[in-house]
Formats: sequence, C-alpha cells, structure tokens
Amino acid sequence: MISLLRQKSFRDTASQVGFIGVLILLVVTFALTAKTNLDAQGMTSGFGFLERATGWGVSFSLIPFDTNDTYARVILVGLLNSLFLGAISLTLATVIGIGIGIMRVSGNKMAELIGTVYVEIFRNLPLLLQAFFWYAVLTTLPRPRDALEFGGVAFLNGRGAYLPGLNVTGFSVFLAAIALAVTVGLWLWLRSARRFARMAPHIKKAWSRGLWLGWAALAVALLWAGRIPETPLLSIPTLKGLNFRGGIRVSPELLTCIIAISVYGGAYIGEIVRAGFNAVGKGQSEAGHALGLSTWQTFTRIRLPLAIRAVMPMLINQYVWLFKSTTIGIAVGFVDFFMVISTSINQSGQTLELIAILMGGFLVINYSMAWVLNRVNDAIKLKGTQLRT
Amino acid sequence: MDATLPRQTRLRALRTDYFSTRLDTLVTLGFGLLAAWVLWSLFDWGVLHAVWSAENREACGHGAEGACWAVIDARWRLILFGLYPFEEQWRSALACAVIVLTGGASCAPWFWTARRLAALWVAGFVTFYVLMRGGVFGLTEVSEQNWGGLSLTIFIFASVTLLGMPLAIVFALLRRSQLPWIARTMGVIIDAIRSLPLLSIMFTFAIVLPFVLPGWMIGDKLHRVIAGYALFFACYQAEIIRGGIQSLPGGQEEAAQALGLGYWHRIGHIILPQAFRNALPATINQLVITFKETSLVVIIGFFEILASGNAAYGNSEWNFAHVEVYAFVGLIYFVFVFALSRYGAYLERRMAVAER
Repeated sequence: MISLLRQKSFRDTASQVGFIGVLILLVVTFALTAKTNLDAQGMTSGFGFLERATGWGVSFSLIPFDTNDTYARVILVGLLNSLFLGAISLTLATVIGIGIGIMRVSGNKMAELIGTVYVEIFRNLPLLLQAFFWYAVLTTLPRPRDALEFGGVAFLNGRGAYLPGLNVTGFSVFLAAIALAVTVGLWLWLRSARRFARMAPHIKKAWSRGLWLGWAALAVALLWAGRIPETPLLSIPTLKGLNFRGGIRVSPELLTCIIAISVYGGAYIGEIVRAGFNAVGKGQSEAGHALGLSTWQTFTRIRLPLAIRAVMPMLINQYVWLFKSTTIGIAVGFVDFFMVISTSINQSGQTLELIAILMGGFLVINYSMAWVLNRVNDAIKLKGTQLRT
Repeated sequence: MDATLPRQTRLRALRTDYFSTRLDTLVTLGFGLLAAWVLWSLFDWGVLHAVWSAENREACGHGAEGACWAVIDARWRLILFGLYPFEEQWRSALACAVIVLTGGASCAPWFWTARRLAALWVAGFVTFYVLMRGGVFGLTEVSEQNWGGLSLTIFIFASVTLLGMPLAIVFALLRRSQLPWIARTMGVIIDAIRSLPLLSIMFTFAIVLPFVLPGWMIGDKLHRVIAGYALFFACYQAEIIRGGIQSLPGGQEEAAQALGLGYWHRIGHIILPQAFRNALPATINQLVITFKETSLVVIIGFFEILASGNAAYGNSEWNFAHVEVYAFVGLIYFVFVFALSRYGAYLERRMAVAER
C-alpha cells in the first residue's frame, strides 16, 4: 500500500478519481434529496408543465400572448424581451462609451474633465440604485395632458415615452431586421475573407455599396408589403382624452432598463475605449500627419480602427457582463427572462425545472454571444505588430 | 536650446489645453456652458431652495422648487440602520466603523503578508459580528433578521470577500493543476458560473437549495445567499489570480523546483505572492464590483441600504422625496466605492514606479 502511494502515477490517478467522485457524489445526493422532498410534497417533476396554460398575462411582449398560452410560450416571450432589451441597451452603451472615450482622449481639458466626471459618477454607483432612481424619476413625470413634447412628434410623460411609428406588422419589421443581420454578415465576409483579398478596392467598395442599397430596397419593400390596411403609413402619437393614441409606446419599465444599462455600461465601455486609444502609439498618428492626412482622417482611418481592435477582447467580456445585467428588469417590473422564470416558479411550483431552463438559457445566450464576437474579433484583429509603441 | 523655446507660462498652458484651435475653443465653450448650467441648476436645487430640517416639512412637497433634505433629517436612522432596535443602533454604527478601520488598516504595507492580513480581517470581522449579534458581554441579542441598512451591506460584502478569497485561490490552483481531469472539470465549472447572472445564482441558493439539501445543511436564507455570492466571487477572482500566475515568467517556478522546493513551498512562497502583486489592480476592481452588487440582495428580499432607502420614502408622508433619498444612498455607496477605486489607482501607480 505504502509503495503504491509512493508512485506518482498512482497518486495522480487517485486524486483525479477522488475529485470527480466527490463531485458526482454531491450531484447524486442533491438529486436523491430533491426526489424525496418532491415525493413528500406530492409534486410531479418533469417538463410536462410547459404544455399547460399559464393563466396569467405579461405586460410587454414582442409576440402575441394571452393568458391561454402555454408556459413554453411565456418563457419564449421573456427570452425575446431580454434579447430585445440587451440589443438596444448594448448598442446605446457602445455609442455613449465611444463618445465618452473620445472625450477623454481628445486633448481638450474641458471635454476630458466632463468625461471623467461622467465615468466616476455612473461607474461608482450600483446599477440597481441607478435603475430605481430612473424608475422613480420616469414614473413621477407629468400626466399625459402636460407631457413633455419633442418637436410635436414625440412625447414623454408619467406613462412612458410615445414615439412616432409605422403602421406595419411586426413580422415585416422582424424580416427587415433579419435581412440587416444577413447584410452585416455578408459585408464583414466581403471585407475580411481571403477570397476577396485581391479584388480592386473600388470594385470592393461598389460591392459593399450595392449590398447596403439592396438591403435598404428590401427593407422598404417589406415594410410596404406589411403595412396595416386602411391606416396611414406613419403613425404619430396624439393626445385623445386622457391618454395618447397611436405611435409606439415605450413603457416606463422598459425605458428605465434601457437608460440604466446604457448609461452604466457607457461608463465602463468609455474606460475600455480610452484604454484602446492609449494603446495606439503616438507614432501612428504622427505618421498619418506626416503623410498629409488631416486630423479627422488620422482619427477615423488610423486611431479609431486600431483602438477598437486593441480592446476587442475586453469589449467582448464587457458585453457578456452587461447582458447578464439585464436581469435587473425584475426590480422595476420589466418582463424579462429572469422575471418570467421567477413568476412561473411562484405560479407553477416547478422550481428545479424552471431554474434549469434559466441557467441553460443564459449559458446558451452568453456562450453564443461570446462565440460570435470572438469570430468577429478573429476576422478584424491586427496581424503583426502595429500596436507596439 | 532651452533658452530659445518659449517659456511655459500658466497662461500659455491654459491656451494649449483649452483654446489651441478654433474647434477646441468651440468645444471648450460648449462643454463649459453645459457644465456651468448643470452645476448651477444643481446648486440652486440642492442648496439655495432646499429645505433642510424636518420641522419645516410643509415647505416641501409636490411643486416645490428645491430639494427636500428634510426627509434625510427625519429618516436617516431608518436608512442607515434599517430595522435594528432603536436603542442598540450605536452598536450597528460602531460595527460599521470597525470594518472601515479594518479596511483602512489593511492599506498599510505592514499588513501585507498573508498571515497578518488574514489575522486582521478575521479579528475585525469577529468584532463586527459580536457587536451586531450581541448575546455576550451584556449586549442584548439581535437576530440577523433584524439587521439592516449599511451594516447589512457591509456584513454581506465582508463575508463574501472573506469566504471567497481562499476559495478563489483553491479554484485557481485546481484550474492550473497538472492533472488534466481536475483542471478541465474546474475550468468548465468556473466558466459556467461566470456566464450566469449573479442574481440567478443568489436566487438559486435562496430558493432551490432547500429542495436539494438534506435538512441539517439548509441553514439561514441570508447565509445561503452569502454562500452563493461567495462562490460567484470566487470564480471571478480565481480567473484574476490565474491571470496573475500566468503573467509570471516560467523561470520562477523552474528555479524553485531546481532548488528542491516542494509544491506547497513553491506555491506559498514563490508563485502566489508575486501573482497577487500582479493581480492587485484587477482584484481591487473586482472588490469594487462586489461591493456595488451587494445591492442585488434587495431583489431576494433583504433589507440592506438600498431597500431601507426605498422604505424611507415609501410612505404617504415622504412619497415625493425619491430623488433626495437616492442621492443620499448613492453618496454613501460613492464614498466607499470611490475610496476603494482611488486606492486601486494609487497602488497601480506605485507598482508602475517600482517596475521602472
């Protein structure tokens, strides 16, 4: 026995078997205890409840939903809402972040100061506090009759924001969005694939212009085909009686989540963008100036592309992290994935199954987001040593 | 050569910093006006037209022009101490001060060895817990259900860090293990937990664990949430420590091996001290995030400082004063987080100088 323990290979195998064994033992204990507990409460386990009707409604949904629909559908509603919120707020956070990052490296002390104050305020307060704050502010805005007006077409009041919209079916908008995603994919492929590397630049440019024009034509055609009959194409919110009619209503809950996540994420992304600009050596922009490029050209053609590429891995982590923070929706009552699961647990009692769906959903979304962004990173990342200073 | 260069006066520096080109001047003036307007509105609202004392509460309310700091005057005890018994609230304040002092002391380089730092924090944490919980030395017992406000926030933060840090070291070492199955399994576990939202992990520990644990292991809901948070923290921190270890030159470990040091000596005396040094900025950043995200326990139903802030304006008497209350709570968070992140920036500069 002692001689066996002296052998390294035996010790290695034993500790690995022991480690995995303890983990398996833990899982088995959990499963057995769960089974006894569930049996004692007389509950049925399994995913059969997904076919049952929920009996409760949701306040915001991108697809049609009513109380007779199933649990599977309500989970889909929550998932789509989370993705919708994530897509909008991550885009806005990126826009804010790039703006703040540029302000902080602009060389103008006043702009730098304001950028710094923004980052220090919004990065050092908890996201949840900010969400509560914006929610309290948005729900105590004036009544619809005294709504804040923006050019007569958009309104903001205690019941939400009212924006001009198109009277078209959601399905055609969805198709146009898919077409946009395909176009972006094709465009990236055109720009980065080795297959087109020898194409002359002006032909390449013509192709990509054609791609975008094609998308625009398709989108217009889709929206035209999907318009709701007997209504004007453009719908502008108007005050009728006590409330607004027409247009698109953005509920205070959704608006709160969008503002909170994009303002908070903007502060973090701003810091990342600043780090990116600092990683681009001064020699790069000096070389650009020496070649006769203007300040604007040096910025858009040399500094910005290099900076974005330098921080792409950090940005990917930040996006995954920010997407996870969409779960604060539950704090203000926005029907996101987490809130749907939590309500379903209360209503159906199928705790373990629903938690498994929640975790599985987030794993799939975050892994696929990281995978796609990493492919983008591989496609655009710098080859060689351009970032060395 | 120097004599021919124009002398750098303050006026000239001002000019290059703010007005070097026409566009620069425009940007400076635009942002300057914006900043001045925001500052003036805040000053006008928060100081000039503000109501300061709870006695003239009638002066504020809907349609008032200034801030109503009277709500803080009337409710600060609720915000800071939550449901902690009124006569015992000095204990809660003292306990918070103990932790803040412990944090301040651990900034002193004298404490920067694993043993001293651990002893300091365990002592500070035990003092905090005894003060809060009572039941000994003639202090009345206050159960954890009645803890609230700032001290609950600090309790969660301190226990998550104290539990999570050793766990993170274990996770990082397991993930870097020579044995492929241990390293791979640990990698899968860490990556999976890192891609889940903290809220869902807290929720799982609060709601699901009672189903799957045998009765004697269930424990208090607060303790389960802290355990879940500590696990989450450990997974993030383990990756930071692993990054610190990987940034060391391979020669360090090889030299230690060549000197005949065993595994624990290599890890404890050569690898980890240097790895922690490299990982210090990222660690401070993680502590900042951890402190901020303690606020998520509100959603699970605990009465920490954000929830007690909600309660402070959540009655008909003060229901208009949300901005003031959130400003006060935000200020408290800001003081802690800002101090911590400035300290991190200071350490980063110090290390950059040391490396030169």
